[in-house]
Amino acid sequence: MHIVVLVKPVPDPASGGERLGADGRLDRASAPAVVNGNCEYALEAALKLAAASEGSEVTLLSMAPASAPETLRKALAMGATRGIHVTDPVLAGTCAVSTARVLAAALKPLTFDLVLAGVDTSDGLGGTVPAAVAAHLGLPLLSYASRIEPDEAAGTVRVRRISATGYDLLEAPMPAVISCTQALGEPRYPSLKGIMAARSKEIATRSLADLGIDPSTVGGAVATTTLIDSRTPPARGATEVVRGSPAEGAARIVEFLAQRRII
Amino acid sequence: MVLASPASARPMLRSAAVISSSQAHGPYQLSEEQRLLRDAVRELADERVAPRAADIDRTGEFPEDLRRLLATQDILALPFPEEHGGLGGELLSVCLAVEQLSRACATTGLILAAHELGALPLLLAGTPEQRARWFPRLASGEWLIAFALTEAEAGSDVAAARTRAVRDGDQYVISGSKRFITHGSVADLVTVFAVTDPEAPRHGRLSCFVVEVPTEGFSVPRVEHKMGIRGSPTAELAFDNVCVPVANRVGDEGDGFGIAMRTFERSRPGIAAQAVGIAQGALEVASRYATERRQFGQRIGDFQMVAAMLADMDASTEAARQLLYKACVEIDSGAPDAGRWSAMCKLVAGDAAMRVTTDAVQVLGGYGYIDDFPVERMMRDAKITQIYEGTQQIQRLVIARALLGKDRAPLG
Repeated sequence: MHIVVLVKPVPDPASGGERLGADGRLDRASAPAVVNGNCEYALEAALKLAAASEGSEVTLLSMAPASAPETLRKALAMGATRGIHVTDPVLAGTCAVSTARVLAAALKPLTFDLVLAGVDTSDGLGGTVPAAVAAHLGLPLLSYASRIEPDEAAGTVRVRRISATGYDLLEAPMPAVISCTQALGEPRYPSLKGIMAARSKEIATRSLADLGIDPSTVGGAVATTTLIDSRTPPARGATEVVRGSPAEGAARIVEFLAQRRII
Repeated sequence: MVLASPASARPMLRSAAVISSSQAHGPYQLSEEQRLLRDAVRELADERVAPRAADIDRTGEFPEDLRRLLATQDILALPFPEEHGGLGGELLSVCLAVEQLSRACATTGLILAAHELGALPLLLAGTPEQRARWFPRLASGEWLIAFALTEAEAGSDVAAARTRAVRDGDQYVISGSKRFITHGSVADLVTVFAVTDPEAPRHGRLSCFVVEVPTEGFSVPRVEHKMGIRGSPTAELAFDNVCVPVANRVGDEGDGFGIAMRTFERSRPGIAAQAVGIAQGALEVASRYATERRQFGQRIGDFQMVAAMLADMDASTEAARQLLYKACVEIDSGAPDAGRWSAMCKLVAGDAAMRVTTDAVQVLGGYGYIDDFPVERMMRDAKITQIYEGTQQIQRLVIARALLGKDRAPLG
């Protein structure tokens, strides 16, 4: 089975340093880059599927600045076979619509059964790219997956899609695009052997010219969305920690809610 | 000015050069591989080990889950050669991993350090057959190996060991008991040192054997109740006519003492790494506390007396770390004074860990003395680094012997 996982380097949300630059774009220098959390869940799901099927390969695909390979190494250390890095200075500021078009162009020449992506990324939080990639490629989209069950003999894949009341069971022919939730399972830590092996794994670079994309159709200048304003969420108020027996805790919570006329 | 020293000063300078870093192999820095490895272990330690540390200390139970985690992540594979499933890691790589684990939990850092210690006799003197037989399962972490040298009456005085191994055809029969054996009750292999020739000169009496356990005649009469590293089982091992094939002897008969000493040359940095990790962990807790705790209307870190303590703790920890890293490089590149480097780094790091953790408790005051914060545990854990794998007094003896020559050293 050949699986492509879409992977995006994002500023580490745990660093607390994420911020926007004066141009309203993400200031990538503000925090160290890490693999987007949901992408790691998608990769973990891909690695598990690959391990269950002899001869499988997992390819990472990333559209990202030139420094991305440093971040992609961690994903390779988790066990991916190789990486493809689409990078071009012109791509800075590209909106979700154009990003999907670029990723679709990079996917077109590849042979794959599944494309896995995280449901969204912690920097932009748009969550539209997986669906747009599927639309560009004319492939089925199975979204919000909490379980993925491919049937290679039948050439189909079943996905449990998280719904408000439980889950929907979806089935589609492969190849297909799947957006992945954290319900698929915790990503593994790279093993030391994985880290060593990742150093010699291939990360191929693709430019816009390689993909046959006109540079004037991408980038910040032609972005379909513009950031108008941004605000930092208000700081959380003081936290009250209640220590004591469950009964005392419950009594304090009731009192707290009652004081605020919530109950 | 030193270069222009009068001729009369030269002999002194020259003799000093012989025992100083004249053999030093130049500057060192961590390779990219080592930095990646250190960062990976640090992340694992922060996310998976640190949350378990207080519980491990409180229950005194060996963290089987973390031992499995270290195995899965190939951390236990670090000291073993690649051809047997290991990572062929340099001494510095092993120490980086021990340091990062110990920063979160000294018991967990010791899992790797003690595993390496137990395997060192085989790494140093094992035959290709012995290595092929045992290394794959040790590298995968399926098996743990312990090092059994110390006896109730033979601690610092290693050569005073009384456990006997008597040749009987194609096997040896081992009788006696070992005390204070790290992982003694959880190991699958034990490297045991026993007297094969009581009549031989003092340093030629011991031989080294690998005992696969459980086996008939082997028992664990006691697991110690300890001040620190409480999750690491320290056991008494009893050998009641335990039969071991001749093929399990490591090195020749009478090589035991030499193998043990060469083992310590490489294992003491592991304890120094544990000590540096404990010190770093305590420093981080104390520093954070000093920025959060307010008294007299200001952060306690803004009081010069507290700030100075933190500065000293940082400097001590970093000095110990740099000596450790340098010692690892010297030992790995075959320095003739490896024993001296090994003793120096453990001496400096063990004392730094004790001082830094004691001061960390002081910075936290009453909160440092109770188990709501980890520094009291770290202080208890630090103490052992001044005791095991040679007390600080033995380290000074080793260093002094290198300095003065064996004949002129104390307690020759």
